Amino acid sequence: MLKQILPAIRATIVLAVLIGLIFPVVITVITQFVFPKQANGSLIRNKEGQVIGSELIGQKFTKSKYFQPRPSAAGSGYVGEFSAGTNLGPTSSKLINGKLDDPTTKDIDESFVGIKQLAQIYANENLLSKSEKPPVDAVTYSGSGLDPHISETNALFQARRIGKVRNLPLKTITTLIRTHTEDRQFGIFGEPRVNVLKLNLALEELSNERKN
Amino acid sequence: MTLVGWIQIALYCLVLLLLTKPMGVYMTRVMEGEKTLLEPMLKPLERLIYKLSGVKPEEEMHWSTYAYALLAFSLVGALFTYAILRLQGVLPLNPMGFSTAAAPSYATAMTPDLAFNTAMSFTTNTNWQSYSGENTLSYLSQMLGLAYHNWVSAAVGMAACLALIRGFARRSAKTVGNFWQDLVRSLLYIFFPIMFAYSLFLVSQGVVQNFSPYTVASTIEGEKQIIPQGPVGSQEAIKMLGINGGGFFNANSAHPFENPTPFSNFVEMLSIFILPAGLTYVFGKMVKDTRQGWALLSTMYVLFIIGIIICYCSESFGNPNISAQNVETSTKILGDLGGNMEGKEVRFGLANSALFATITSAASCGAVNCMHDSLTPLGGLVPLLNIQLGEIVFGGVGSGLYGMLIFAILTVFIAGLMVGRTPEYVGKKIEQKDVKMAMLFVLAGSFSILVFTALGGVCELPAKCPLNSPGATYNNVNNAGPHGFSEILYCFSSCTGNNGSAFAGLTCNTPFYNLTSGLAMLIGRFLMMIPALALAGSLVQKKYVPPSRGTFPTHTWLFVGLLISVILIVGALTFFPALTLGPIVEHFIMHTLKVF
Repeated sequence: MLKQILPAIRATIVLAVLIGLIFPVVITVITQFVFPKQANGSLIRNKEGQVIGSELIGQKFTKSKYFQPRPSAAGSGYVGEFSAGTNLGPTSSKLINGKLDDPTTKDIDESFVGIKQLAQIYANENLLSKSEKPPVDAVTYSGSGLDPHISETNALFQARRIGKVRNLPLKTITTLIRTHTEDRQFGIFGEPRVNVLKLNLALEELSNERKN
Repeated sequence: MTLVGWIQIALYCLVLLLLTKPMGVYMTRVMEGEKTLLEPMLKPLERLIYKLSGVKPEEEMHWSTYAYALLAFSLVGALFTYAILRLQGVLPLNPMGFSTAAAPSYATAMTPDLAFNTAMSFTTNTNWQSYSGENTLSYLSQMLGLAYHNWVSAAVGMAACLALIRGFARRSAKTVGNFWQDLVRSLLYIFFPIMFAYSLFLVSQGVVQNFSPYTVASTIEGEKQIIPQGPVGSQEAIKMLGINGGGFFNANSAHPFENPTPFSNFVEMLSIFILPAGLTYVFGKMVKDTRQGWALLSTMYVLFIIGIIICYCSESFGNPNISAQNVETSTKILGDLGGNMEGKEVRFGLANSALFATITSAASCGAVNCMHDSLTPLGGLVPLLNIQLGEIVFGGVGSGLYGMLIFAILTVFIAGLMVGRTPEYVGKKIEQKDVKMAMLFVLAGSFSILVFTALGGVCELPAKCPLNSPGATYNNVNNAGPHGFSEILYCFSSCTGNNGSAFAGLTCNTPFYNLTSGLAMLIGRFLMMIPALALAGSLVQKKYVPPSRGTFPTHTWLFVGLLISVILIVGALTFFPALTLGPIVEHFIMHTLKVF
């Protein structure tokens, strides 16, 4: 074994430089030229050039005039440096019924909104009738906590609320949702979906146009 | 379940099947040292690497020398990564200042036990994530400490597998090849060209690739959101192709910057299986009977398809606890965005999440595009059992095929016992020593999984114990009831199987779990690889026995059926009691709407 140690050390150094340094640097240089937008995070900027988010990373929306994204377990919700799911299993009481903050630990916020409560809030906010049920993606936490999308059904259920708050006709909003629904990639891969940030930006634009 | 979901799954199986032979033909040429298209470009680089490393590639090695070289290389690599992780604070390419005084408030410390666990995890091709990339690791640690191992640990697995294939292919020989040559040739001729195109493809889909500090965005509602950055594309590609699975970010392939589109997801899934599928053809080609390779591939396909059907159906049926909250979950209405969407991403939906979970655990990948901890009990049983069967359904690069070959040996041995003949496999007599090595391989894995799980389930440490801050080791679970036990069982199955996926609710970044799971990874890697190499050494010396009328043919469906039975019986006998306490009982409890 000792005879193999020296070549092992030398091979490690040579290969590490090649694979661990040269390769990523070369790929970075090429992609910065060929795909500059994607390589830097598909960032969206406002008119002043300030970054307001990324097309690919979900963003927190709490105001009722915006379409709401899915519940998120990334930090306090859509916190970019803490991507995570809830990791709660199918028989978890916390997942279904939620959890209150423990008053004995002041530094940590243990509160968690369960699916039962999320479904009630969703139904109330969006003025659902008794026969209408919230779609499951609206009340479950995504895998990354940064899911930028919601289902079309979810967006359509929110249209009524948005129309009321923004004083826009329902039809305008449903058309907006339909035009912002991305189809399956190449007609086959993945699921039809709506990008919440892009939809809200389009919604803002629409409202501004109306005002003018 | 939807038709389009099933079509996506069928398309995946078909494309993989079509790629198997071309991939296998090319890999065989590389491994036999024949000329390939890339030879003129890469040959000078290959020679230079040998020269700088001071190795003689033409020197054939005895199996023990081969094993020593492999162990020495792994040991040096592990120490190398440990050093980089511990020193990341003073090393360059650390724009966020992790492990320095300037570290942001959300940073996690790189403690010695976390560095040990991470170094073991990447050296052994496990890529268990006790760390959380975006708030712990500098870009240099990611590239040089982790991605480096993504490449070489896969190439090491491939080398060990080639040695075993040569054991079958060579006749009355003493040597099984040269480790350094196998390592370098697979890196240069197989990994490099694919990696180059693949990294560019991923970036085109939206995976980030830069060395900038994290971007701070001012959101529409006027809050600050940190958007992490880094050289992700080049690392994501090898994470999948090398069947490693260690994410750049905590959420792994569920993170939009690791897996931005459904198409990137499809290609990522293909890239997990492509090398192990190709290797089955390499095996057939090298033992001069391609039917043998196809028989192994068929076995893998059957087990894989059973897994995906169970997982997809179970996820589509969903969680009655969720539907009971007056929530619409029916897939008849919502399509593949119904069922159990907890822990899943909208762009992938049920079909692609179930498919990914089945693939990542059948191979020893461990990347995840949905949170396995939140799968339904039976949906989560599939990845768990896939791992426990030894990840031989395609499996890791190399490690999958040598695992499958060992089960093939057990199968002919059992068949031989039934008729009272000395068993043979592809022209080699299987004798006492070979069966002993095969059994050592099987026992090492089961021993590590079950013993460590038992330990994790009962260790009564005092509260605030420095070894494990939550006290007793079962307090680390995130879910009460049987699901908590599943978390511990999954942890040690995943680490022993060198998989790296997790029921990630388990708080595993404590010295107790970092050390025990690190140990499980070492056992799972080397106590399984060395018996495989010893087997190679024993087989290579044997004469070729031409098939006679009494030989049990190993390219027929009869053999495939027998092989599947042996795999399932060994797996079931070993793990059924543990699985009963976890996912199986949870399944029945879930249907009574009880929660913990």
